[in-house]
Amino acid sequence: MLNKYPLWKYLLVLFVLLLGLFYAAPNLYAPDPALQITGESSAQQIDQKTWQRALDALDEAGIEHFGELIGPDGRNALVRLRNADQQLVAKSSVSRALGDGYIVALNLAPTTPAWLSSYGAQPMKLGLDLSGGVHFKLEVDVDAAIERRMEYYFNATKRALREERIRGFVTLGKDGRIEARFKTEAAREEARELIAEQSPELILDRVDDGDSWNLVATMSDQTRKEIADYSVTQNLTTLRNRVNELGVSEPLVQRQGQNRIVVELPGIQDTAEAKRILGKVANLEFRLVANIDAAPSEKQRFEYRSADRAGASEWLERDVIITGERVSTAQASFDQNGQPNVQISLDSEGGTLMSRATRHNIKRRMGVLFIERKYRTRYEVGEDGREVAVKIPYDEKKLLTAPVIQSALGAQFQITGLDNPLESSELALMLRAGALAAPISFVEERTVGPSLGAENIRMGLQSVYYGLALVVLFMVLYYRVFGVAAVVALGFNMMLLVAVMSMLGATLTLPGIAGIVLTVGMAVDANVLIFARIREELANGLSPQMAIHSGYERAFTTIMDSNLTTLIVAVILYAVGTGPIKGFAVTLSVGILTSMFTAIMGTRALINLVYGGRRVRKLSIGGRQS
Amino acid sequence: MKVIDFMGQRKLAAAFSLLLLVVSIASLATRQLNWGLDFTGGTLVEVHYSASANLTDIRATLESSGFAGATVVSFGSDRDVMIRLPLGYTDKQGAELLGILQEAYAAAESGGTVELRRSEFVGPQVGDELREQGGLAMLLALGLVTLYVAFRFQLKFALGSVAALMHDVIITLGFFSVVGMEFDLTVLAALMAVIGYSLNDTIVVFDRIRENFRKIRRAGPSEVLNISITETLDRTLVTSGTTLLVVIALALFGGEMIFGFAITLIVGISIGTYSSIYVASAAALAMGVTKEDLMIPVKEGAEQDDLTP
Repeated sequence: MLNKYPLWKYLLVLFVLLLGLFYAAPNLYAPDPALQITGESSAQQIDQKTWQRALDALDEAGIEHFGELIGPDGRNALVRLRNADQQLVAKSSVSRALGDGYIVALNLAPTTPAWLSSYGAQPMKLGLDLSGGVHFKLEVDVDAAIERRMEYYFNATKRALREERIRGFVTLGKDGRIEARFKTEAAREEARELIAEQSPELILDRVDDGDSWNLVATMSDQTRKEIADYSVTQNLTTLRNRVNELGVSEPLVQRQGQNRIVVELPGIQDTAEAKRILGKVANLEFRLVANIDAAPSEKQRFEYRSADRAGASEWLERDVIITGERVSTAQASFDQNGQPNVQISLDSEGGTLMSRATRHNIKRRMGVLFIERKYRTRYEVGEDGREVAVKIPYDEKKLLTAPVIQSALGAQFQITGLDNPLESSELALMLRAGALAAPISFVEERTVGPSLGAENIRMGLQSVYYGLALVVLFMVLYYRVFGVAAVVALGFNMMLLVAVMSMLGATLTLPGIAGIVLTVGMAVDANVLIFARIREELANGLSPQMAIHSGYERAFTTIMDSNLTTLIVAVILYAVGTGPIKGFAVTLSVGILTSMFTAIMGTRALINLVYGGRRVRKLSIGGRQS
Repeated sequence: MKVIDFMGQRKLAAAFSLLLLVVSIASLATRQLNWGLDFTGGTLVEVHYSASANLTDIRATLESSGFAGATVVSFGSDRDVMIRLPLGYTDKQGAELLGILQEAYAAAESGGTVELRRSEFVGPQVGDELREQGGLAMLLALGLVTLYVAFRFQLKFALGSVAALMHDVIITLGFFSVVGMEFDLTVLAALMAVIGYSLNDTIVVFDRIRENFRKIRRAGPSEVLNISITETLDRTLVTSGTTLLVVIALALFGGEMIFGFAITLIVGISIGTYSSIYVASAAALAMGVTKEDLMIPVKEGAEQDDLTP
């Protein structure tokens, strides 16, 4: 029994360690506190002059800065600060200097050297409990969306029956069922065919109650699910756009379960501001484009919203045909020639108003206005003599499109003449922004201030150090040379753990750090098992080399069994848990896997290097030896 | 090595465990758990005063501002204050509360500042769901683990280890109930870690029992168990010791936010170590585990052998 590894095994261990070192290295470079400046709209470029104004404001406030950089497309810029404490002051003086139209956000700029980042090595992301920030959980009221859709079917059915002159009595039940009563069976059959053709998604049941022939329309589970999905996805898209408006460096907007959306905004403290932007309501107005000879009092001028047509404008009539609440759906699609278009459905009242307005205005154009609530900042001196920023709300109305009316429009019509599918899907999204989006509410909110975040990091690291030190001391005293091997392996285990977390792009949280601490305690278990076994084998009278060999071999199944069961628990934690629990589960499971490698292969390599291939009389493993 | 007669003491151990279990269950039934915000829902705001905070003043300020039912306690130090609002407040009130405190402190002309440390709002339905999810996770973990142990060892061992796990979980929960410490999400995570840890311990002992049942031909089950536990005792104590060292470090230096987490682990690991020695094996013995149960060689995967260094 020589206890020598073949060369390739040493090389494998070495290779894994070097790889680990490489990917763990970015975490050694502390990020710089920074400010990120973004133009509020695509038209808002950051030019040299604007930028100089921002930097002058920093100089004036006596804030040291470096690494100033304008992004390649000119839409955002970054400036690094020497001192993290000055970040807030820096933010307010820069936003003051630039005025409205620019978003100034706190940021942490990575300092990873290029030779590392060019191979995809990135530092671990910090969770909100470490970086500070806001966590929101929003719930989409799916039932409201379904109710609204049912109302739409109800109105459509009533209208269709009236137009076809089928006499019947239609009601909308509280339970979301549409009930229609008819005097004759023939009328019911006729109505049935009509509704089935018009709204194929509805399930129609014939119910007879003696004196009338009834029809009950319900929504299939499939359709309900589709509507629910649709409203959640739509809210998700809208929220993503709005979060971008906040200018947060690494926001997270994620669907969770059936009808929840999680929004995480690192670095944000002002929850009121964040909520205002997230909960912002957009609306639409449909108006005719004014005739050239219209009196100035009857028309209003609006600019186009898209950046391609920046500066262009149209005169619209003051009268509003309909608003966004009347839009039931808007979907990007293609016509029979493969040209992109947007299909729009209005509710019954909207349809009536639309047909009344367009009937006599064929070949004129109709403008669609997009209305957003925006805020203007004014600086006032408060009672305590300090300057406070006051936000004054106003409605910004911009023109989305102004197509020509080809024929009298009803409840359903389409907008054609769009250049590409991208434009049509964007337009459809904007058109849906009005009423259809199901209402959302905040069901969970967590804010962590920056000072607590920094403290959490400090205390978390401190407990890792102390825990590690205690374990190191104990292992070396108890197991001597073998203990040293275990401690070296433990160090490598920490490094590999950090490397794997960084490679996976996992987020480090406070419970995650707790998981690392726990891993430190548990990682040595594998070595304890092996060493205890070696001691036993020595006591049984085996030679040192035999004892090493047999100790490693016989402890192996035990290590596998015990680690696998812990892994099962960790995986369940990850699958079922949310937020803090997930962070803990990630470090725990990664830690178990890396510790298996370092505690078994890593220590074996070291022990083999020390004792392998020569005559050994005594092992330095502590305990009583015969 | 001198074999310690663990199984001879099993009646005493059983009485001890029973006592702990009865106290735990009685406390859980009458006092219940002090559920944290994660599970009850509600609002929590933690603020930091630049100078020592006067809790009575803060309570008076809140009461006069219409925050009825708010609990105000100091958190960690006399400058950190935690305010908890019961259910029924909306998500907007956390920010409002902070504003009121800052104004009141400025009005008192103390010259200091009030800084937000963290604020949390959890809606009632979210709390209910988390509780449900947590319970589900626990049952799922117990179930899967039983399956794994039954597959790797034998059903009697699986039932023995589950008995030990339930024992640990109930007593740890009982501890939280008796002491009245807050039970939040991180504590739940720690409890799951305790399940993993305690099982880890139990399996190491079982592994040795299996080995010895096959090796030692002339010994009764009780004796084999004693030998196995004695042989693994060194390892059991060392691993529990190192793990306890790190979680004690966590409790001392980790700060208020993971204090509950660390305490759960300290209690859970201590109980888990005890249970893997006395409860799991004794339960297997009580169910009449014999040599024959383990004589059929368990099939070992070939790929595992390849991994052996």
